[in-house]
Amino acid sequence: MSYLKQYPEIENELVKCMKCGNCQAVCPLYKETKSEGAVARGKVKLAEAVLNGKLECTDELAKIFETCLTCKACAANCPCGVQPDKIVLAARTKLVKERGLPFIKNMIFKGLSNPNLFKTGMAMGAMTQGLFLKANDKGMSPRYPVSGLELRRVLPKLADRPFLSTAPDVNKADNPKKKVAFFTGCTTNFIYPQVGDALLKVMKHNDVEVVIPKEQHCCGVPVLLHGDADTATQMARSHVDIFSNLDVDAIITVCGTCGESFSKHYPELLQDDKTYAEKANKLAEKTYDFAQFLVDVLPIDKEILKTVNKTVTYHVPCHIGRGMNAAQQQIELITSIPGIKYNPLKQPDRCCGGAGSFSLTHYELSYKVLKHKLTDIKASAADMLVTGCGSCRMQLTDGISQEELPQAVRHTVEVLAEAY
Amino acid sequence: MSKEQVIGALEQALGSENVISKKEDLVTFSFDATPDMPNPLPDVVVTPSTTEEVVKVVKIAHENKTPLYPRGSGTNLSGGTIPLEGGIVLSTLKMDKILESDPDNLVAVVQPGVIIQELNNEVAPHGLIYPPDPGTVATATMGGSVSECSGGLRGLKYGVTKHYVMGLEVVMADGQVARFGGKTVKNVTAYDLVKLFTGAEGTLGIITEITVRLIPAPEARTAMLATFDSLEDAGNAIRGIIASKVIPATLEIMDQVTIKTVENFSKIGLPTDKRAVLLIEVDGIPEVVENEAEKVVKVVTENKGELKKAKDDKEREGLWAARRAALPALAQLKPTTVLEDATVPRSKITEMLMFLEEIAEKYNLDIGTFGHAGDGNLHPTILTDVRNKEEMERVHKAVDEIFKKALELGGTLSGEHGIGMAKSKFLEWELGESGMDVLKKIKNALDPEGILNPGKMVSK
Repeated sequence: MSYLKQYPEIENELVKCMKCGNCQAVCPLYKETKSEGAVARGKVKLAEAVLNGKLECTDELAKIFETCLTCKACAANCPCGVQPDKIVLAARTKLVKERGLPFIKNMIFKGLSNPNLFKTGMAMGAMTQGLFLKANDKGMSPRYPVSGLELRRVLPKLADRPFLSTAPDVNKADNPKKKVAFFTGCTTNFIYPQVGDALLKVMKHNDVEVVIPKEQHCCGVPVLLHGDADTATQMARSHVDIFSNLDVDAIITVCGTCGESFSKHYPELLQDDKTYAEKANKLAEKTYDFAQFLVDVLPIDKEILKTVNKTVTYHVPCHIGRGMNAAQQQIELITSIPGIKYNPLKQPDRCCGGAGSFSLTHYELSYKVLKHKLTDIKASAADMLVTGCGSCRMQLTDGISQEELPQAVRHTVEVLAEAY
Repeated sequence: MSKEQVIGALEQALGSENVISKKEDLVTFSFDATPDMPNPLPDVVVTPSTTEEVVKVVKIAHENKTPLYPRGSGTNLSGGTIPLEGGIVLSTLKMDKILESDPDNLVAVVQPGVIIQELNNEVAPHGLIYPPDPGTVATATMGGSVSECSGGLRGLKYGVTKHYVMGLEVVMADGQVARFGGKTVKNVTAYDLVKLFTGAEGTLGIITEITVRLIPAPEARTAMLATFDSLEDAGNAIRGIIASKVIPATLEIMDQVTIKTVENFSKIGLPTDKRAVLLIEVDGIPEVVENEAEKVVKVVTENKGELKKAKDDKEREGLWAARRAALPALAQLKPTTVLEDATVPRSKITEMLMFLEEIAEKYNLDIGTFGHAGDGNLHPTILTDVRNKEEMERVHKAVDEIFKKALELGGTLSGEHGIGMAKSKFLEWELGESGMDVLKKIKNALDPEGILNPGKMVSK
């Protein structure tokens, strides 16, 4: 039984922790707060206390478990191989089961799990964003205080037309070597449709046919990360249905979190579901970040890349690096382009503090984490910041605007597309 | 005053933002890195930023006879920060300023909440290092490591924390502030109270400022990995290296259980049929390093060892990977890792290793041993599961025997982890009745109410 369904199942993960505290050395939130509750070791202790009935599922406990970026830096640095991100998920799921979801989150997640409602909502958002957000040269800023939104926060403008509403269902290649299905993810669909366009261009130049199932919707990880495993399971089933029916060599993503939904979370959420478990595992096996697909599976012909004269630096999104293990491939693609000068960041894989809605609900703390990244970006003297995740891009764009840094922010695939 | 009144007084003294009393938060201060310990909750946690604020807290504790536990990062292995009798946990984490780095006098002055690695980062541009490097160098605080007198992998050549502490500011149990030592190399003024408070585990006073000695960073280093078919050969090689007048910065040993586990875990090409591996690193001036490395090669070969020498930093990393993987590899075998640090004179290392193999067999336990062979400080690591009551009883018996043997061989209970709660019951074996009496007299003189870190090292 999955630990997401039965909280006691998480005990096997809890007992591995020897409380050495090595997580303190790498936890971005511990660095800012110096609070044991912020770091994995403290959360393991609290999760144990809940398991042993020594702690109730209180508001205070919920606040502590909300204070995690799920950046997985602790897991990567753990001598005992503990995966604290699993423990946080289990605890958040348990907290939601015991206490329910706050009204506003419940509304949002119901929306996310209903593709049509979500699409309608986002379309309304694109039309009406000017009412409560004002455009400026950096993006959009709130016109007046909105719950959870800092006035100074710079938000990206929603796309006028979502990517899925304009992109063709089938994108043929002249001499197709492979056929893939593209899972766009919400940021590409609603905010950065140019990322989707860039992916199609790159795939076409590499003789890969791309199909884009239009019924796809949010991957469900935002819902899962907030502890609503039941809704996330419904969303997982829906995507397993949609993508299992396609005759494709691979499923391609351009966001680490979306990639992980197919490669890790769906199999976990559906492991006890007889009709879905095997299908989910099959999809997981052929899910790749676009960079993994291009470098490891295809591989691409680097000789035909044209010169792009730019000095770039690269931020490793947590779920691209520690999640999908695709950071090396992304960097390889960038550095394969003639004319690109790559200045690495001092700590390329340190979390930017964005973590999806964390940057909205914990803006100040999130910005403190971001500050370290901005210092490194400034020191890189690059004229472009490249990253592989739409959510990181939103966070980094906000920081770069706030600090008035000169760097443009682009997705890896956009930079690659420039070389064709 | 009642508990609530004490908390109120603390809030008044430090501001409520520096006083933590919600149960959910207190749970996270109920433990440290020590396995198999009780985890009682403190009543309150305070986070002072200055010596004056520490004084205020100590005075409140003193007036109310409330137990007070200083705590840094809580990474110790002796149960040293567990709030055994409830009361106040005093976290030093907000006292995290490096007050001064003074290359002219080769010293630095820090607050207790500074992380050891941060001090090293600060002094590195001056070409200096602070040598003590416990495994927790990236997490442990200076206050904690001074209080536990932590050691590390360079103990043989560079000594341990107490060899680098030159001056201390201490808040005494009644709230008085006292300063001892300072920046001078020579200082024989009065009793050596700097040494007394170093390693006192927070039982005699609260350290609020530390002056430490720095040394020039070694210019060159060479790492070597030697493998042996027998423990005797490995032991003879250790003796031989020292006898040839080479003092390596690092002289580490791993037994066969550890070798097999590491190899299984990280596939780095260790020979699993060998009985022992030594990791040897010499450092210093390039010419001396070269000369010393040659002597090491000779001694290892004479003792039937096979030796790999790192040609560059990349190869050095490869050799070190084996040693770095020792604890993680062992720790992943079973849920609970009981890591001891019984220490024997260097010449008894072989005997101790053979004894540990016997103990593992006698009590049917998985014990992997690695450690700092050069200074006799071994880490027999018992792999178990605290949920298995029957096995835990065997673990406790094995630990008793390990300590007895270490003392028999002329060694000590703890090389670098400290006594705390974990080893206090064995203390009399080493110190005897008269030694315990001296310990108690010191404790009673400096902390007559017994409020400072009660239940650790020595009872009132």
